[in-house]
Amino acid sequence: MAGEVTEGGASAPSSPLKPYALETCGISKSFGEVHANRNIDLQISTGSIHGIIGENGAGKSTLMNILYGLYQADRGEILINGEVAKITNSAAAIKHGIGMVHQHFMLVDLFTVLENVMLGAEEDFALTKSVASTRALISRMDKDYGLTVDPDTKIADLPVGLQQRVEIIKAMRGGQRILILDEPTGVLTPQETEGLFAILRALRDEGATIMLITHKLQEIMALTDQVSVMRQGEMVAHRATAVTSREELAELMVGRKVLLQVAKPDVVMGAPVLKAENLRYVDDNGVERIKGLNFDVRAGEILSVAGVSGNGQTELLDVLAGILPPSGGSMTIDGTKITAEAPVGPAGMRDLGVSHVPEDRHRRGLVLPFDGLENSILGFQDGPAAGEGFAMDKGAIAARAQRHVEEFDVRPPTAGLRAAQYSGGNQQKLVLAREIDAAPKLLLIGQPTRGVDIGAIEFIYERLMEMKAQGCAILMVSVELEEALSLSDRILVMSNGEQTGMVNREDADEKSLGLMMAGIEEGAA
Amino acid sequence: MNAQNLPRWADIGLLPVLNILAALVVSGLIIALIGEDPFRAMGVMIKGAFVYKGALGYTLYYTTNFIFTGLAVAVAFHCAMFNIGGEGQAYMGGLGAGCAVLLADAILPGFLMIPFAVVFASLFGAVWALIPGWLQAVRGSHIVITTIMFNFIASTLIVALLAGPMMRDGQGAPETRPFAESAQMPYMHDLMAWFGIEAARTPLNISLFLALAAAVLVWFIIWRTRFGYAVRAMGFSPGAAEYAGMNSTRIIVLAMALSGALAGLMASNAVLGEPHKLVLNFTGGYGFTGIAVALMGRNHPIGIVLAALLFGALTQGGTELDFEFQTITRETVLVVQGLIILFSGALYYLFAPWVARVLNLTAKKEAAT
Repeated sequence: MAGEVTEGGASAPSSPLKPYALETCGISKSFGEVHANRNIDLQISTGSIHGIIGENGAGKSTLMNILYGLYQADRGEILINGEVAKITNSAAAIKHGIGMVHQHFMLVDLFTVLENVMLGAEEDFALTKSVASTRALISRMDKDYGLTVDPDTKIADLPVGLQQRVEIIKAMRGGQRILILDEPTGVLTPQETEGLFAILRALRDEGATIMLITHKLQEIMALTDQVSVMRQGEMVAHRATAVTSREELAELMVGRKVLLQVAKPDVVMGAPVLKAENLRYVDDNGVERIKGLNFDVRAGEILSVAGVSGNGQTELLDVLAGILPPSGGSMTIDGTKITAEAPVGPAGMRDLGVSHVPEDRHRRGLVLPFDGLENSILGFQDGPAAGEGFAMDKGAIAARAQRHVEEFDVRPPTAGLRAAQYSGGNQQKLVLAREIDAAPKLLLIGQPTRGVDIGAIEFIYERLMEMKAQGCAILMVSVELEEALSLSDRILVMSNGEQTGMVNREDADEKSLGLMMAGIEEGAA
Repeated sequence: MNAQNLPRWADIGLLPVLNILAALVVSGLIIALIGEDPFRAMGVMIKGAFVYKGALGYTLYYTTNFIFTGLAVAVAFHCAMFNIGGEGQAYMGGLGAGCAVLLADAILPGFLMIPFAVVFASLFGAVWALIPGWLQAVRGSHIVITTIMFNFIASTLIVALLAGPMMRDGQGAPETRPFAESAQMPYMHDLMAWFGIEAARTPLNISLFLALAAAVLVWFIIWRTRFGYAVRAMGFSPGAAEYAGMNSTRIIVLAMALSGALAGLMASNAVLGEPHKLVLNFTGGYGFTGIAVALMGRNHPIGIVLAALLFGALTQGGTELDFEFQTITRETVLVVQGLIILFSGALYYLFAPWVARVLNLTAKKEAAT
């Protein structure tokens, strides 16, 4: 009944001269308690490049996966060329003319380009026909759109930019006219990015419709015709790219949120507890994740590291906590200098008075199948917290865990549950209690309130302020800008592993921070 | 309540019983298909395992082997290592015991000789597991592959030694000379006679006590020491272990060494306990069946001892079945064992949804009244 009304209502006004290539009406999707998408309305004109921008976790990827049939929406419908389309799986999406280029390539490394393009669309038993038609397709793609790639090279021998071309050819193999690209430039060099943009423009000029998902402002400005901004699962604005600006988009992305009022104690700051000099980290693949950071954190100070997630903050926390060794430069903690030549592991860092509340409490901060007792000594298992002798002292551990539970108001008020059975906020309290119990000189804390309910957020903030009042130096990494603004004394902004700004709280506002997060250095805008 | 969230008693108490019953029902069908009476066969098996004179002794002798190999698999498993090499490690344990005895049984008295040989057995087993553990931790070579390969190396190595330098002088069979009496584990029937109890002569020896002590020790190490804590943290969450500053290489290598030592200890029963010489293939697949024992015992020493008893009874009862019936052979008994492994290992949660539904119904009824 309700369905009929909606369909009738939708068809009457939605018969413009030229229907939208793709339209969504009231798409919603939840994962458990989390609303990944809420009431998404979106219209994409045929023959345009439409950008979807938003911070990590804003719900962009969920929306794309719904459009491509990898997820099913809880509510709402999808219209393609003005007609309601039931997209129940990716095969249906392909049939409706949607192609997708994933952030992570889905290619067989040891197959040639031709074999990869053919994969999933083999026609005849001996493949002679398929090979001929695929070869023709690849050369047509080359001629029409400049998608030049040698069909007989192995994927493994191609640079990333060309591998991506193969993905695009695959996505358009069946004559798809709507192409979705999920963060396509994340792995590309600037030159490759330019090449990609040229191809996308050529595709648009041929009448194809392109959706570009990204969190990079400069790409939106450089490439798109229209842009839609997502924030916390909702579509918050639609703009024509020509009439908007980076500043406006940055503000829309981050949002003007009500700042939680936190009473900051008056603290006379002491000497630097942590001093990083030209600190660098290069990962196992040779990618430089941290590019020469210089900063210090003084006793009684809260320094926030702000940035769109994935710009080196996670690596920074791990390096400071001793989990990853620095590749260059140095960090001096309370007088002890740590370099690439003389790294210190996590246990050594704890001995230096560094406590660490990790960003990912499920993977790092807690052993989920362990109970609260066992988790209360994680990281301190070799010290007196676990007892004196060879065997662990169960009584001492139980008393310690119970003290944590009481002091941090963990609910239910017992340490006997398995960590996985506590709510997110209470898990975070368990980790925080353990780390603060060590009376650290330097507290590293990543995403202090991720997945934490409001009540617990206030509690956690108050505890951090207490630590500050006691003269603990705190380095906080948070993707929540308002959190950085509420709590910190200074804010360090990172973009692509670089330090793009260091501002005092009084001089910081969302707009300027947003620009620095987008990679525009302090003072350059 | 869903299948993964059963109450503890149902998860570790009810499900194994249901699984064994299911395996027995299917086994019964197979025996009926062969043309024998499944109930009579069942009776023979139970009597053969527990009732006949000496039956219990044999059952417990086999149980001892299974306790050692089951514990070995479980310790590695707590560190998320799948040690398939129990067979080879037990075999090497036998070599260690054999070397110790051949070198020293003429000089050492029994109270020194036996501990000496037992220590050698566990050391050889430990080394044989430590190498794959080290390769996994440092080189990333997959433990399943390396431990399987080490089974083959152990097997060939011992064939070469038994057919060569360790072969009994002037004899054609690939085995060592019999051990001196000082190197023989005291028999249980001798021990009981000492207390004035008469028992049938069986291979059962005091290794059973060693196995039970090992079970207690494993429980203590895994759940009560810092090392065990680190092992379990590594097993559940390598990321958290890294965060906690644990040395993963050291923990993996030590956990594998402990696992191998336990497998090696099987030689105290199957070499020092009964044949009193090193023979080919004395491990007889106990190392592999240890995987099933650990699975069924949910990697907990109490569960493992119970599962080992079941498999011991199956081995001994199965032999009896083979004697009693013309048409039922050792291979049929292997089918029964295989079914039990299938139901209690691979299909552990087969009945969980039904159990959950039944428990739900009763819970609702209770709520209604």
